[in-house]
Amino acid sequence: MTDNITGAEIVLKSLTEQGVEVVFGYPGGAVLPIYDSLFKQNSIRHILVRQEAGAIHAAEGYARSSGKIGVVLVTSGPGATNVVTGLTDSMMDSIPIVCITGQVPQHLIGSDAFQECDTTGITRPCTKHNYLVKDVNKLSSVFHEAFSIAANGRPGPVLIDIPKDIQFAKGNYQSSKEVKIDSHRLFEPKIRANDQNIEEATKLIANAKKPIFYIGGGCINSGPKASQLVTKFVEETKAPATMTLMGLGVIGAKNKYSLGMLGMHGMYEANMAMHECDVMINIGARFDDRVTGRLDAFAPNSKKIHIDIDPSNINKTIKIDVPIIGDIESVMNQIFSSWENNNYKSQKEDLIKWWNKIEEWKKIDCLNYDQGEGSIKPQHAIKRLYELTKDKKTFITTEVGQHQMWAAQYYKFEEPNRWLTSGGLGTMGYGFPAAIGAQIANPDSLVVDIAGDASILMNIQEMSTAVQHRLPVKIFILNNEYMGMVRQWQELLHGGRYSESYTDSLPDFVKLAESFKAKGLRAKNVNELDDVILQMISSKETVIADIWVDKEENCFPMIQSGSAHNEMLLNKYQKQDETSAEKGKVLV
Amino acid sequence: MNKSVYDSPKQVEDINRHILTILVDNEPGVLARVVGMFSGRGYNIDSLNVAEVNNQHLSRITIVTHGTKEVIYQIQSQLMRIVPVHSVSNLDKEDSSVEAEVALVNMFINEKNKKEAFQICDLYRARKIENENNTVIFEIAGTSQRIDTFIKDISKITEIEVVRSGPVAISSIQKNEEEK
Repeated sequence: MTDNITGAEIVLKSLTEQGVEVVFGYPGGAVLPIYDSLFKQNSIRHILVRQEAGAIHAAEGYARSSGKIGVVLVTSGPGATNVVTGLTDSMMDSIPIVCITGQVPQHLIGSDAFQECDTTGITRPCTKHNYLVKDVNKLSSVFHEAFSIAANGRPGPVLIDIPKDIQFAKGNYQSSKEVKIDSHRLFEPKIRANDQNIEEATKLIANAKKPIFYIGGGCINSGPKASQLVTKFVEETKAPATMTLMGLGVIGAKNKYSLGMLGMHGMYEANMAMHECDVMINIGARFDDRVTGRLDAFAPNSKKIHIDIDPSNINKTIKIDVPIIGDIESVMNQIFSSWENNNYKSQKEDLIKWWNKIEEWKKIDCLNYDQGEGSIKPQHAIKRLYELTKDKKTFITTEVGQHQMWAAQYYKFEEPNRWLTSGGLGTMGYGFPAAIGAQIANPDSLVVDIAGDASILMNIQEMSTAVQHRLPVKIFILNNEYMGMVRQWQELLHGGRYSESYTDSLPDFVKLAESFKAKGLRAKNVNELDDVILQMISSKETVIADIWVDKEENCFPMIQSGSAHNEMLLNKYQKQDETSAEKGKVLV
Repeated sequence: MNKSVYDSPKQVEDINRHILTILVDNEPGVLARVVGMFSGRGYNIDSLNVAEVNNQHLSRITIVTHGTKEVIYQIQSQLMRIVPVHSVSNLDKEDSSVEAEVALVNMFINEKNKKEAFQICDLYRARKIENENNTVIFEIAGTSQRIDTFIKDISKITEIEVVRSGPVAISSIQKNEEEK
């Protein structure tokens, strides 16, 4: 125990002991003492952002691309409220974050002081846990507990609110070894699953005629070993596997058992196979409404196995036949030993029939598009980006909208942790700061933010951050002058009345890049595309590549809200049936 | 059955009343976390009770809610995600618990209805509470059902004002691990 250091020093000491290398933040009145301590040390690097939302998304990108915990430091009041979106985002996508906020001194709490807000009250529903520290002697133990909670079980954000007087007060430091955390506070995540359920599951899988693996982001959170084990088991069973938006990369896209992404804009064959399967093996996914489509028609004739570390995900929306609660890495090991002990083999002949059916669906070629000459198809832009970057260690982040779905469809991920996108919350403005965070964690890799013209403007101020820290982040804008996904829904559901979805008065993105002393590139025609991409990836600067794409291209295939997996629209000539459309309209 | 944005398959499960007893660390904001989970996820609280259990810095929250089996399971597992929550038990499993609630009833008694009103209070073993203002206040304890019928009977005779605590409950099988 170290005596008599200030609260601010305790903060830095705790972060150092927790192995934190980078903090993303923005200073202000209520965190000045912490910034002063930061100034006096050299072990922790601070990345100054231009708006607090940028800090937390950068921390998310850092965490997701490195497997470490992202740390954020912001001031009270507006500093804290500006991170609320990012906290919710990391809560939804289970990203480990520790967010430190300043607070007005304790004697002013409740007096509507300058830059005061009820930070713990506001962030209670969007954090795994939060603290208002009222005793400087408890500060270090709060930090150690916060880091454990953020990373433990199903990861998530934890917030620590520190009044300014606590930052100045002197107190004792306890190392993480001296701090005993009550086990219930880590909600004792079950790592090893119930053996009986494992036996039931492997028996079901071994006897399945039309099995399918439905793989989610939980596999990525469980660590790289989990993805390898899942891939190995899929190969052992020879069953098809589909991945959610969050799970892309768990099984390599080139793996012959991968059917690609499923869900609203997923592959035709993946959704059809989900619809017709007899045994579904959900590994680390949560039956999100983007995936299931209409529930009463969701995989109607299947037995469902669900592997998840969070018991609240079991039976939340879909009734499960065999629930398995545990960490995926350890569960997969248990499954392997049960599979081997029982000498199980897949039903070879049934699987051949099953794969023949899937091959028929594949012939639809649902990602087909017609590039032609002249203007650039957005799908083609992503495809070329993939072809020209696939041999490098590339991280792709996205904003939210059409470009995000095209990126998920046309960029092929071979490894986990390379694809960073806002899945649960769907936060526009996520991708660019996330790319900054990913670049900090992976300084020698290529990091590309695939963006839309509307999304990128939501956190465009971070250009300044990227340039200041000499981060060679690439922003690849599919520019159609629309909020494309809004426009698409208005076309499909609201009679083509494009209410407020056209983005007038867009900046000249090339000049905008140049004004930040970054590099700006533009492609207007398909024959300029490859050259622009090559220039972009070979540059050592921050680059904005403004790709002018077909303005009214829609994202297909699509399961419209209110429809089922086997009711996909493949192109603009198909229409949803009227009753589903009416019901679907009220959904998001 | 669930909270999805999509229609769910036809509901076949019955909706039942359940008493959840939640043991929590007695720290600031813990009640807000529990109550916020209910409001945020759209569950109902029929009644709520909270008090410190002993000097171990623990509190017991008793919540009466209703829902299908799936909804109650979901509520329980969502509660378990809250960091200061130690345990959540559903006390309605197979009549294995005893519950009680307290009501205070202020009666506007006159000479005419006095005798009959007091007879009913006697019948229900309601206890008169003396007070400085000499108003007629009775205290009754027991199951919510018993209090319901008492209130129904007494309000036929006199106007009343009622304050109820909502039930607390305890398992009648064995003592909970945490409290031993």
